[in-house]
Amino acid sequence: MAIDAATVRRVAHLARIKTSEDRLEPLAAELNGILAWIAQLNEVDVEGVEPMTSNVAQTLRLREDEVTDGDKLSAVLSNAPKAADGFFVVPKVVE
Amino acid sequence: MSDLTSLTLTDAVEALKARRVSSEELTTAFLGAISTANPALNAYVEVTADKALDMARTSDARLARDQGGPLEGAPLGVKDLFCTEGVQTAAGSNMLRGFVPPYESTVTANLWRDGAVMLGKLNMDEFAMGSSNETSAFGPVKNPWKSSAQNAELTPGGSSGGSASAVAADLCLAATASDTGGSIRQPAAFTGTVGIKPTYGRASRFGMVAFASSLDQAGPITKTVADAALMLRSMCSFDPKDSTSLDIETPDWSAALGQGVKGLKIGVPREYVVDGMPAEIQALWDKGVEWLKAAGAEIVDISLPHTKYALPTYYIVAPAEASSNLARYDGMRFGHRADTAANLTDLYETTRAEGFGKEVQRRLTIGAYVLSAGFYDAYYVRALKVRRRIAEDFDKVWGQVDAILTPSTPSAAFALGDKQIDPVTMYLNDVFTVTANLAGLPGISVPAGVDAGGLPLGLQVIGRALDEATVFRVAEALEDAAGFTAKPAKWW
Repeated sequence: MAIDAATVRRVAHLARIKTSEDRLEPLAAELNGILAWIAQLNEVDVEGVEPMTSNVAQTLRLREDEVTDGDKLSAVLSNAPKAADGFFVVPKVVE
Repeated sequence: MSDLTSLTLTDAVEALKARRVSSEELTTAFLGAISTANPALNAYVEVTADKALDMARTSDARLARDQGGPLEGAPLGVKDLFCTEGVQTAAGSNMLRGFVPPYESTVTANLWRDGAVMLGKLNMDEFAMGSSNETSAFGPVKNPWKSSAQNAELTPGGSSGGSASAVAADLCLAATASDTGGSIRQPAAFTGTVGIKPTYGRASRFGMVAFASSLDQAGPITKTVADAALMLRSMCSFDPKDSTSLDIETPDWSAALGQGVKGLKIGVPREYVVDGMPAEIQALWDKGVEWLKAAGAEIVDISLPHTKYALPTYYIVAPAEASSNLARYDGMRFGHRADTAANLTDLYETTRAEGFGKEVQRRLTIGAYVLSAGFYDAYYVRALKVRRRIAEDFDKVWGQVDAILTPSTPSAAFALGDKQIDPVTMYLNDVFTVTANLAGLPGISVPAGVDAGGLPLGLQVIGRALDEATVFRVAEALEDAAGFTAKPAKWW
């Protein structure tokens, strides 16, 4: 299960992080170190154990399906890298 | 009132109420202390002097009318992870440099409702991922403490390093912090301050920059246990804007203090004796046991058999949640965007490569890996199952004990740069604290002694879910017995 440079390239792409070729080997070594340490979890008997996704023992609340907020156009756009005429402006994409 | 900045929060609030000091005087004293110390300590990333003085004058007006909340006029620091309306909130990252939230986090809104004054925003590890504050895009925070054994600059711990450093150096009365794996308790231990992470769901996560949502919890770093009880109460509330917020009343924890620990059963988990733990940590732990015994508590030897699996579990769960949470930083609606890119995917990838630091990239990569097809069950689902085993360990001992006593950290503060060689060495800092996050339990760190070089060491108390009251009682007993009054010598 050791990670090689090709796996790092694939995973970095999944994470949408550009990774230069010369970083792939060092990253693979780091990740292998971390994963080798994590591998001790295989010692634990988890037969029949329910995965624990939350430590809050309550069901998600529901509220009335009605508008409670809005009219915040300028607040929503206030941190946009680029905005115009009430819209986010993004680079042209033709693929 | 010779040195206003060295007051505890509790004493300051009382002095303000009695009008022995005005909030404006107090705030001015802190702003002065910050301008002297911050170039050396780098605890604040932004000082909001005008806002602080405005808030202070408003508080003074309320106090003059005998009005005001439980924290009226008290100047506090805010970890840069809490969104503050109109004030940059960057979470230690270049990705969010310049981000000015148009809204306020619930935790900080609660503090302002109760009359507190904001001095500024405190430095932290990038997106709270780190144990030494060295991952901050705004540079590392320095610990005000130095060892008598060497003159090296030390880490205040992390991720709430700015909060801990500022409280220890008297640059605020107290500070907000957050804890995902130990980020309140480890820096508190490293700086001789008190830090509590409440039960998961007590404090709202609304407006907190997310790291790992099933683990993230806000809490205060303060000078005393009484201060922590006072400030935590203001921070916590039920919040419909956070789906995991608990719809329960926040107790008056200050009322739990002064009751002593007579008759309480305190567990000492044998699995917390870790390889290579310095003798002085063990000695401090033994001392803590003796103190509680002398105060009338009964000590019970307990076993939490899955303890050693807590950190590896955390390093799957937290990066997995982070990789999902931080997917929002795509350069489109807010945050950094790369200037040029060949196509849309390249724009995302370049934006994130430029905006995220090394440790964040490392964790997002691990997160993407353990969630990817073919590895999801072997890593992520297995970690969630082990997490339940860890939580069950605690459930089993609550029948025998009321609280658990452990060291807070496996060492005192280390020198900046010392543990950057290997990520796993850095991760081991959280070995004693991370279990409480995985199980959602309250945990506090109390300064209890110093090491051979005169550096502070902390003891941790873990309690049942929602039983912060007992945690505070035990913490107070330790604080009383330890009589920790050491302060860092000013070198800044």
